[in-house]
Amino acid sequence: MLFSLSLIGYYLSTTTYIVFFITQKKTIRTAARCMLFGAGVLHTVTILGRYFLAGHTPLTTHHDTVSFFAWSMTWAFLSFRWRYQVKNFGTFVSIVIAALMTIAALSSQAIAELPPALQSAWLPVHASIAIIADGFMAMGFCSGLMYLLQERELKKKRFGVFYSRLPSLEALDNLIQHCLTVGFPLLTLGIITGSFWAKQAWGAYWHWDPKETWSLITWLLYAAMLHQRFIAGWRGKRAAILAIIGFIAVLFTLWGVTFLLPGVHSYVR
Amino acid sequence: MFVDSILILGVNHKTAPVEVREQLAFTSDPERPFRKLKEIPNCTEFCFLSTCNRVEVIFTSPHQTETIQSIKKFLFASSNIKESDIDNFIYLHRGADAITHLYRVAASLDSMVVGEPQILGQLKDAYRNSADRECTGVILNRLLHKAFSVAKRIRTETNIGGSAVSISYAAVELAKKIFGNLEGKKVLLVGAGEMAELAAEHLVNQGISEVIVANRTLERAVNLAKRFNGKAVGLAELHAQMELVDIMVSSTGASGLILHQEDVKPIMKQRKNRPLFLIDIAVPRDLDPKLNDLDNVYLYDVDDLSQVVEVNKAEREQEALRAERIVTEETLKFLQWLEDMQLTPTIAALRRKADTIAKAELAKTLSHCNLSARDIKSIEKMAGSIINKMLHDPILFLKQGHTQDDKRLKLDFTRKIFGLDLEPEKEE
Repeated sequence: MLFSLSLIGYYLSTTTYIVFFITQKKTIRTAARCMLFGAGVLHTVTILGRYFLAGHTPLTTHHDTVSFFAWSMTWAFLSFRWRYQVKNFGTFVSIVIAALMTIAALSSQAIAELPPALQSAWLPVHASIAIIADGFMAMGFCSGLMYLLQERELKKKRFGVFYSRLPSLEALDNLIQHCLTVGFPLLTLGIITGSFWAKQAWGAYWHWDPKETWSLITWLLYAAMLHQRFIAGWRGKRAAILAIIGFIAVLFTLWGVTFLLPGVHSYVR
Repeated sequence: MFVDSILILGVNHKTAPVEVREQLAFTSDPERPFRKLKEIPNCTEFCFLSTCNRVEVIFTSPHQTETIQSIKKFLFASSNIKESDIDNFIYLHRGADAITHLYRVAASLDSMVVGEPQILGQLKDAYRNSADRECTGVILNRLLHKAFSVAKRIRTETNIGGSAVSISYAAVELAKKIFGNLEGKKVLLVGAGEMAELAAEHLVNQGISEVIVANRTLERAVNLAKRFNGKAVGLAELHAQMELVDIMVSSTGASGLILHQEDVKPIMKQRKNRPLFLIDIAVPRDLDPKLNDLDNVYLYDVDDLSQVVEVNKAEREQEALRAERIVTEETLKFLQWLEDMQLTPTIAALRRKADTIAKAELAKTLSHCNLSARDIKSIEKMAGSIINKMLHDPILFLKQGHTQDDKRLKLDFTRKIFGLDLEPEKEE
């Protein structure tokens, strides 16, 4: 019930953001922001509710994970906005949030019994850090996409809908970097806490099960990206494309592995 | 204070050619216009605006014909234009028209390049200069401040200043889309022609921190660089300089390309892929069109820029229509305010007049009567209530105006019937 309410909140906010994107009326943006904030608060209550209902951190089912993904993206965005203004970023972010919420809504909301292996204090730490990292990576994806749209119009010299509505390339490039420099340490921390949990649950820090392998691949991808950026100046279009590829790797680690490659993590989600 | 006592007299680029306007420039002594205008009788408040496209005096005056003549004389004092010809070049706006005109000027609807942003700043300076010398009063203070907020409203609600309508503006606008803030960015001018200078000027106005000029003859480069406090280099240093700058404006008279794609590739590596904005305003072109295919390099030639300008011009005309609507609306608001301003003083004047009469008559009567203090008090009281009862209906009648025209007529009528304008400023 609460979940549906926050879902509606997100939908409303996204629609309002899209209307703002078209009309560029500031009052509409303020409304969209307030709705997003409201939906975020409702969503927080929803997650707390599920915590008490399940008796453990509700991050073990597919529904909960994706819902938490949307939640962390919402709050990552709102906390960002607070010190960092990027024109029309909200429209893109809110669309991704709404999409995630839709996926969460479509999957089973039943509360799963927690297998004994997973009953640990590491569960909330590992899962939440990893997913919050994903939230920042998703924002990196949005900014990469915005960069490519703006870059295309500037290169082709055809100024359509995006030219006037999107911020400058430099601002978007900074935004990508900003998202990644926050997301990457969180991702690292997520993997480290995960391996501690693995040690506790299964006796070894690293198993090379598909989820772990793909997390590592994602991590290496982002590490290479940041390294190249600082050393060789990989910025601009290339950085934007990499931010998008990195996010696809994140999504694959989240869903591809779960549904395509069986492993110890697979019963988790 | 009547609406019609607000006037604007001046010349602009539409009414007078530059040969006339330049004779009206008041550059030698900035104090002179204020001194001269203050000497003009009945010019109660004024604000003096002088830019390269217009010279205007915004003023209020109760006795207009003479004041207008004096201001005309003042404006054309140092010109060689015959007095009979003056009227061909000036415009005179009165009342609502004057308010509309001022709003249009402030919002840059009356400018040569509609929507250009400088005029508002110039008007603000003009107002500050006039206000500092105590030349403005209640009406103009309010009117000018309104003009500023109307201009701001038009800027935010329409896209009138949103798009560039000259090639150099277009270049600035694109630079902003690439770099965001231009502060701290460097520009390299290749070729020291007039176009390069114009483009550089716009960029410097937007906060560009350093200008470097590269030219075949170093002497011209040095001269141009001096204008922008920049430095001059020879053409041989072009590649080395390109590693350091963010924007490059090329306008040489070279017959072929001076920069090829292969030249810039290694430069981008050296630059660590920091974006590079290349503006080629030379005809024939200086820069290899294939440069645009390099990552993080943005190349625009004259045609690309003109295309931006054309699209923007059409859009700006649309926006100007919306802006005119706002001007009309705001003019009405100001007229409303003026009327409310009139209502209160009219009622006060009415009361004052009645009081004066009553006091005078009382004094006359009481001087040859021998009455006790108590009786005097009651008589005074009676006179007071007669006045109040008498004035009650006229005041009610004044306040009950429904439409604007209605109100104006009533005020005018009341002032006439009670002769309120016959003894001006007797109280002061």
